[in-house]
Amino acid sequence: MSAISREDVVHLAHLAHIEMSDAELDKMTGELDAIVGAIASVSEVAASDVPATSHPIPLTNVLREDTVGQTLSIEEVLLNAPDSDSDRFKVPAILDGE
Amino acid sequence: MNELIKLSATELAAKLRAGEATSVQAVQAHLDRIAEVDGALNAFLHVNAEEALAVAAEVDAIRAAGGAQAEALHPLAGVPIAIKDLIVTKGQPTTAASKMLEGWMSPYDATVIEKIRAAKLPMLGKTNLDEFAMGSSTEHSAYGVTRNPWNLNRIPGGSGGGSAAAVASFEAPLALGTDTGGSIRQPGAVTGTVGVKPTYGAVSRYGAIAMASSLDQIGPVSRTVLDSAYLQELIGGHDPKDSTSLPNPLEGLVAAAESGATGDIKGLRIGVIKELTGEGYQEGVQARFNESLELLKAAGAEIVEVSCPNFKYALGAYYLIMPSEVSSNLAKFDGVRYGHRVLPEESPMTIERVMGSTRAAGFGDEVKRRIILGTYALSAGYYDAYYGSAQKVRTLIQRDFEAAFEQADVLVSPTAPTVAFELGANDNDPLAMYLNDVATIPANLAGVPGITVPGGLSENLPVGIQFLAPAYEDARLYRAGAALETLLEKQWGHSLISQAPAIDTASIAQEA
Amino acid sequence: MSNYTDELVDFDTALDRYDPVLGFEVHVELNTKTKMFSDAPNAFGDAPNTNVTPVDLGLPGVLPVVNKTAVEYSILIGLALNCQIAQKCGFARKNYFYPDTPKNFQTSQYDDPIAFDGYLDIELEDGEVFRVEIERAHMEEDAGKLTHMGGAAGRIQGADYSLVDYNRAGVPLVEIVTKPITGAGKRAPELAKAYVAAVREIVKNLGVSDAKMERGNVRCDANVSLMPKGAEKFGTRTETKNVNSLRAVEHAVHFEIERHAAVLDSGAKIVQETRHWHEDTRSTTSGRPKSDADDYRYFPEPDLVPIVTTAEWVEELRGRLPEPPAERRKRLKAEWGYADKEFRDVVNAGVLDEIEQTIAAGASAAVARKWWMGEIARLAKAADKDIADLGVSAATIVELNSLIEAKKINDKIARQVLEFAIAGEGTPSEIVEKRSLAVVNDDDALGKAVDDAMAAMPDVVEKIKGGKMQAIGALMGPVMKATRGQADAGRVREIVMEKLGL
Ligand SMILES: [Mg+2]
Ligand SMILES: [Zn+2]
Repeated sequence: MSAISREDVVHLAHLAHIEMSDAELDKMTGELDAIVGAIASVSEVAASDVPATSHPIPLTNVLREDTVGQTLSIEEVLLNAPDSDSDRFKVPAILDGE
Repeated sequence: MNELIKLSATELAAKLRAGEATSVQAVQAHLDRIAEVDGALNAFLHVNAEEALAVAAEVDAIRAAGGAQAEALHPLAGVPIAIKDLIVTKGQPTTAASKMLEGWMSPYDATVIEKIRAAKLPMLGKTNLDEFAMGSSTEHSAYGVTRNPWNLNRIPGGSGGGSAAAVASFEAPLALGTDTGGSIRQPGAVTGTVGVKPTYGAVSRYGAIAMASSLDQIGPVSRTVLDSAYLQELIGGHDPKDSTSLPNPLEGLVAAAESGATGDIKGLRIGVIKELTGEGYQEGVQARFNESLELLKAAGAEIVEVSCPNFKYALGAYYLIMPSEVSSNLAKFDGVRYGHRVLPEESPMTIERVMGSTRAAGFGDEVKRRIILGTYALSAGYYDAYYGSAQKVRTLIQRDFEAAFEQADVLVSPTAPTVAFELGANDNDPLAMYLNDVATIPANLAGVPGITVPGGLSENLPVGIQFLAPAYEDARLYRAGAALETLLEKQWGHSLISQAPAIDTASIAQEA
Repeated sequence: MSNYTDELVDFDTALDRYDPVLGFEVHVELNTKTKMFSDAPNAFGDAPNTNVTPVDLGLPGVLPVVNKTAVEYSILIGLALNCQIAQKCGFARKNYFYPDTPKNFQTSQYDDPIAFDGYLDIELEDGEVFRVEIERAHMEEDAGKLTHMGGAAGRIQGADYSLVDYNRAGVPLVEIVTKPITGAGKRAPELAKAYVAAVREIVKNLGVSDAKMERGNVRCDANVSLMPKGAEKFGTRTETKNVNSLRAVEHAVHFEIERHAAVLDSGAKIVQETRHWHEDTRSTTSGRPKSDADDYRYFPEPDLVPIVTTAEWVEELRGRLPEPPAERRKRLKAEWGYADKEFRDVVNAGVLDEIEQTIAAGASAAVARKWWMGEIARLAKAADKDIADLGVSAATIVELNSLIEAKKINDKIARQVLEFAIAGEGTPSEIVEKRSLAVVNDDDALGKAVDDAMAAMPDVVEKIKGGKMQAIGALMGPVMKATRGQADAGRVREIVMEKLGL
């Protein structure tokens, strides 16, 4: 059973914002298909009456008081910036946003 | 070899306290050792000599002055430590072994680093790992493989191969690791060292670069069980910056290790997990495991067999949950705020394409594989079948543990199914590499603690024995682990690590 | 631009044939001291990237921690919207890449919002009440601020590059989502405006948001669809993003109804998409179609643990709820006895609080209205300020009024005293004292002034004696002049009559 098609991987790479060459896409398709084939058995045991566990240790209501703490200096903020303009990060044009 | 580097952390700490050695001497001895062997091992990505010596000198000065300040020093003050390069540090680069973060300087310290600074342990530097901790061999580092000190052609385990190799090769008496699916314990097993994955939340994750948030845990790497107990007590406890950190510190770890070291474990119920032995486990690994069980039994432990029927789904659940969280956690690496920005080769130069080419160039194959797999597992139409099912399996595995812990105080298994494999052996088979974590993954899924202790040699390579305990019961691991350590060393007449061969630095130098 | 059309169908014609269905997503920025998941200041207008911690920059290794006050504010909003409060709820990650989103996911809530199943009764201009059902109100975090540079000023299209300020990243938001609103017919635009106005008023009244739409504290996405009259199945909707003034909400709904009708009339289909609102042309343009890119891959936020609300906690918060604005208005109108128009003017002028305080301080409802809607409103207009910002206190009005009633000052002087009070010269009594503004009631002094005036104008005196009482007015000028305007006109008249034996 081929669970993952090359088209799927093209779409996934787009969602994940990773550019991939044709060769990479081909290789990734084969590998993912094998991996998914090997792990898909989880759905066999996952009966509907089994609750999901998202957090291994159940804690609730870990809340913080609304008190201001230490902020970074502008030098620290921009320390690792690939590009910046005075006190802001600079990014190439965004073609279409919301 | 300088005698100071052969000491365990606890022994070295005692010598420093007694004034028989200075911290500067200890740090320098380890820096010398790094200079001598790390060219061959590549355990360190960054060596922090200047700061380490400065901290050592500060500790020495406090000790020399005596008085209340000297009294107040942490027991491990002045004992050097290595830090897995997944944990952020001010003043040293943090790369996660990825090109993406080449040269990145954190403006803040991880909580565990703040604690290490407060206790004045000189930091020797940052250790190598699989990129973003994804791997079981430290072959997936953007900065070259780390080699196993026992055999330079073998992997040191992963992802924390750098920390394990550093400790196994006497470059450092202590190190910090992180364990998402076995990344502390499996390297510990294949390098003949001790490693502990504490209960999820026992040690703050703040400042550990997230791989899979619901599985990640920082823990100690050392050559003795007692050393790990001291280190976990130092780095553990609630952190208001980590919402998932346990509200109260786990206590009595050092005491438990000391009590276990007497070798007295009468009445301790040890459960052998049926599903984590036998098929798939190398003969030599199984043999060492069986010998350890005999020793424990002879020392008064009650050995029972337990069954965890859902563990066979653990690997599958892990390889759905982990990559799902990875795909989200690693989205922040986009070349906007930090990291190496790579422009697309052709126009248009939109931010979307800059992100795409930055991530294409910055991430290695294994990281990309997991991001794409996780994106798939979470995507519309597949969520229920994959991520949703995996979370249910997680519940079933927790239930298996609950049932097993009704019959046993601790559970036991080989830590890894094989000894260290050869470098490059699994290059083209990611699935084969994933199988290395089959025995360590259930603990991460359930949040329970685990320890690996050296269990002897097979093919002249170390074998690890893993103990698992219920959540919050990390002390039980230290008791059982220290007991087995003592029993084995008594039988052998020496520690396992003392049998490690000399590192043939010349062979690697020639290759390179 | 798939089905962009310049054609519009006249609004009334459109709604003769179609029924509109509305839906709103209103984002409310909370005015907590710190952000939703970090202890950075939640402040507007500071220098770029100064209100950020490692968490707000999404640096490697950071973790979020939930702001308790933001949770409580969210519950308060839920209660004020007549919602159920979830006994247990959690956070989820909404995954999408955008440079204003530091982690490239937004921490939000997905299938378990903190508040759900509520309603709001919206009173339209003519008093008709329309119930809007609330689907949910959930907690999430705001994004940073992008400024597009080069190209057409400030527009994303054609920009050369963009600058990012993360001060706003992580500011707590509550997103309020309505159920589909049917049956509004031609009143849809009016209802849209009134609904957003009501939400804004509620969060302002709760004190949980600064509620300034011009600052983006309250932002509205408006969903519109049309279905043929009598149909039951909703049409395809469009979502007009970031309509950020009450007028714009009204106009955007109006425009989309006219545009949808034109598309449908032409036989084409509405494409499900986002639309951009343009204030200058009062129209929308095509944004981004719904696509695969909207696969947000929500999953439970592993770094945050669930929130459990006990009954005690919720009841304690319910106890903090102020009177709902609509009920308060109804009560005040009855208590004060204003006519419909009078009351509406007071509401529109935004001086309900001021009048209420003035009455509480001892003035009658009529006196309070006279001052706030009269002289104070005039001064505010002249100073180009909001009435509330003039700094007039209720005590000042009450004191002015009692000075008038005691005949210490007259209306004209009172208006001067008010201006001096606004200028900060002190209380009305202090000002009257300091500036010697008290009305001259001293009969000796007044008598002297009247005698002088009568002596100077014998012809006027003759006229008065002859029964021409209005001639008394001619004496007022000199009398006022002699008393520097502080004579009480009524008393002057009495004295003249006494002196002439009339
Ligand atoms: Mg929305
Ligand atoms: Zn939202």
